Amino acid sequence: MDSLLGQAFVYLAAAVIGVPIAKRLGLGSVLGYLLAGVVIGPWALGLVGTEGQDVMHFAEFGVVMMLFLVGLELRPALLWQLRRPILGLGGLQVVVTIAAATAGGLALGVDARQSLALGMIIAMSSTAIVLQSLGERGLMKSGGGQASFSVLLFQDLAVIPMLALFPLLAAHGVAHAEDHGHGEVSFVASLPAWAQALALLGAVAVVVLSGRFVVRPAFRLLAATRLREVFTAAALFLVVGIALLMDTVGLSPALGTFLAGVVLAESEYRHELEGDIEPFKGLLLGLFFISVGAQIDFGLVRAAPLTIVGLVVGVVTLKAAILYGLAVAFRLDPASRWLFALGLAQVGEFAFVLLSFGEQQGVLVPAVSGPMLAVVALSMAITPLGFVLLERVILPRVTATVGQRVHDEVESSEHPVVIAGFGRYGQVVGRILKANGIGATVLDLDSNMVDVLRRLGHRVYYGDASRPELLHAAGCAHAKVFVLAVDDPEQGVLIAKTVKHEFPHLKIVARARNRPHHYELRALGIEHITRETVASAVESATRTLQYVGFRAHTAHRMARLWREHDERLIEDLAALWGGDQNTYFAAARRASEEAERLIQAEAPRVYADADAAWDNEVLRSEDARSDERG
Amino acid sequence: MLLLFAHPVLERSRANRRLLAGVRDLPGVTVHDLYEAYPTLAIDVRREQRLLLDHDVIVFQHPFYWYSVPAILKEWQDLVLEHGWAYGAGGDALRGKITFNAITTGGSEAAYRREGSNRFTMRELLAPWDQTAHLCKMTFLAPFVVHATLKLVGDDGFGPHVALYRQILEAVRDHRLDLAAAANAERLDEAHVRTSAASATAASATAANTSATPPTIATNTLEVR
Repeated sequence: MDSLLGQAFVYLAAAVIGVPIAKRLGLGSVLGYLLAGVVIGPWALGLVGTEGQDVMHFAEFGVVMMLFLVGLELRPALLWQLRRPILGLGGLQVVVTIAAATAGGLALGVDARQSLALGMIIAMSSTAIVLQSLGERGLMKSGGGQASFSVLLFQDLAVIPMLALFPLLAAHGVAHAEDHGHGEVSFVASLPAWAQALALLGAVAVVVLSGRFVVRPAFRLLAATRLREVFTAAALFLVVGIALLMDTVGLSPALGTFLAGVVLAESEYRHELEGDIEPFKGLLLGLFFISVGAQIDFGLVRAAPLTIVGLVVGVVTLKAAILYGLAVAFRLDPASRWLFALGLAQVGEFAFVLLSFGEQQGVLVPAVSGPMLAVVALSMAITPLGFVLLERVILPRVTATVGQRVHDEVESSEHPVVIAGFGRYGQVVGRILKANGIGATVLDLDSNMVDVLRRLGHRVYYGDASRPELLHAAGCAHAKVFVLAVDDPEQGVLIAKTVKHEFPHLKIVARARNRPHHYELRALGIEHITRETVASAVESATRTLQYVGFRAHTAHRMARLWREHDERLIEDLAALWGGDQNTYFAAARRASEEAERLIQAEAPRVYADADAAWDNEVLRSEDARSDERG
Repeated sequence: MLLLFAHPVLERSRANRRLLAGVRDLPGVTVHDLYEAYPTLAIDVRREQRLLLDHDVIVFQHPFYWYSVPAILKEWQDLVLEHGWAYGAGGDALRGKITFNAITTGGSEAAYRREGSNRFTMRELLAPWDQTAHLCKMTFLAPFVVHATLKLVGDDGFGPHVALYRQILEAVRDHRLDLAAAANAERLDEAHVRTSAASATAASATAANTSATPPTIATNTLEVR
């Protein structure tokens, strides 16, 4: 199993088997990955050994991608809104936790330097686990989700000074050691401080400016090629490039890509980028969780089970207590408090980096860092259990008293309508919605059109609406109505199938080119289908009736009656259309003959029926009869 | 004078078609055919309000459906007579204007009496319009009514009614109508109408020529100024 393909096979098999089982049991995918990792790890099947650590470092790139995606979801304005929770809540969480954990270390007899280092490690939470778990449960935009995210963001910022502090904590000066992952020490580190700061600012400027002025035109050119894989390559190139740049100047790559994401959050390619990066992020994160599971040293656990378990419980309880206290101080609602406290109580993946960095710098001794590694991994492993506890036990009780608030917030921050196709047809729908204050997320495949419409102030995104990832990114999970307004009938059916399959809750309002298209969409179970030319043709017919001499109101009523008649005809013929073209066309031929006959024969009667109320001839004859009687 | 006309199927109308044709060419009268202007009943409120402001006399001509007006006139009332415009605080736009209904009914005049089959008089049945006008500070006159239209046949049958309708509109237009009397009368054609000797002669000539003339027209008092 040493070959690359062999390893890939093991990891993929673990994921494919473990995750669906965990999901089915309602445990969430993260726990599934972790357990799969434990199973293939050295303490169970032994399919992966020490190389698991390298895999983990590689897989950490998933966290980088995840923060890029998180950035894409956050407009700068929203980020600005979060400044209070980020600085206040995040800052306090880090400071208070470091202080408490350091005190705990001292109490357990660890020396001051090591206690402080451990405090910093323990203060970190796992961005990967928390965001994945929140996203999976649709809690990202709830009050607790936003607070959690703010704290995670601050922790990512706090890593920079921590990395700088670690060498100072070293008991005896140790030379700079090589390190993997976040804390890469590069040529920039050899520059004087002012130059380092300058390089840092320069890198940030490069990310922001290129996001504004280079990336969008470049993507426009790429989108015009209509080659999906080129676009995907460009998206990956962007993320990898930024990560490298940030690494070079000593910033966290996750932070850099997050910044890039925020800059691109208002670009029309946002959803397409999300759709492209999402699968890579998912796979890498999965890989990361599996390797965390495989890394848990059950040898240490077996040697001192009580110590390890006690430490895990102690650390998680301490963190959760501090988080809960802060949540109360910051006036989060009860449901959000618990989500916030239990969600962030684990120690994060960054601890792996800091532990090995600390060991190399001579801050931590192996006797401390070894068990700590197991504690960190175990605390991560029990987080999904915390979420299960939260969902099954705590939230039902808490939300019973505060109502549906968490749920509402998720919905209100998304557009209720998604429009696929923003040409002549979708535009009318979009404009009417906009005129009534209803927000719509728009997807279109014509990049020039997207450009023009965005200049006009529409929220339009470039992308192929038949891709499930893109539909997810466009917020279909929270939307109420999906307007299918693309002009290509085949594309329309494809999108309709995907939407029906992925988002059965969505009401679909579909545009059909003609009757066969209407029937095809109807067969998919779509509730409302409009044939694209009928309404306008009826309007022309109404006007023609008027010019011929009909009263306007009469022409209007006649047209309405004809439409009802036509709808009935369509319904009657639908039964004959079983997807078998021959049957349908034969039926349609018969139908057109029949329609002709019907229109000729039925029209005068329809007219008479409709006017019975206003027909004074009947009244006159009755009046005459009653006179005869009277 | 603004004539707001409402008939959903004018092409099948017998009475209203003739009445309207008889006054369409009157100078100083703006005919506004509501069902033709708003075939979907979607009324342009601002346009309607402008029309009201531009005229001093508002006539509603319509058949009597279920002792009331055709649907579009109710919609018109609901939308056009806005609070703060037609009534309520600052709602003085219609103050002092004159209004009345010109109605055709299938039932006879005798039916619209306490002891008749319809149990109420025309004025009683028009109470909502009376009060609407009152609330809008308008002067509400007795209605002009053509009864028993089901029994009238052809231009001969309707002719006298059409002529009288035209005379009354002219009299109102030329301020020759005794408003106090018209406001208190049961029907407008019973009110004292001040008109010229010539038109009075013409009217009686028309009346004399028609054998089917209802008694209300024959007893009509025309006072010459």
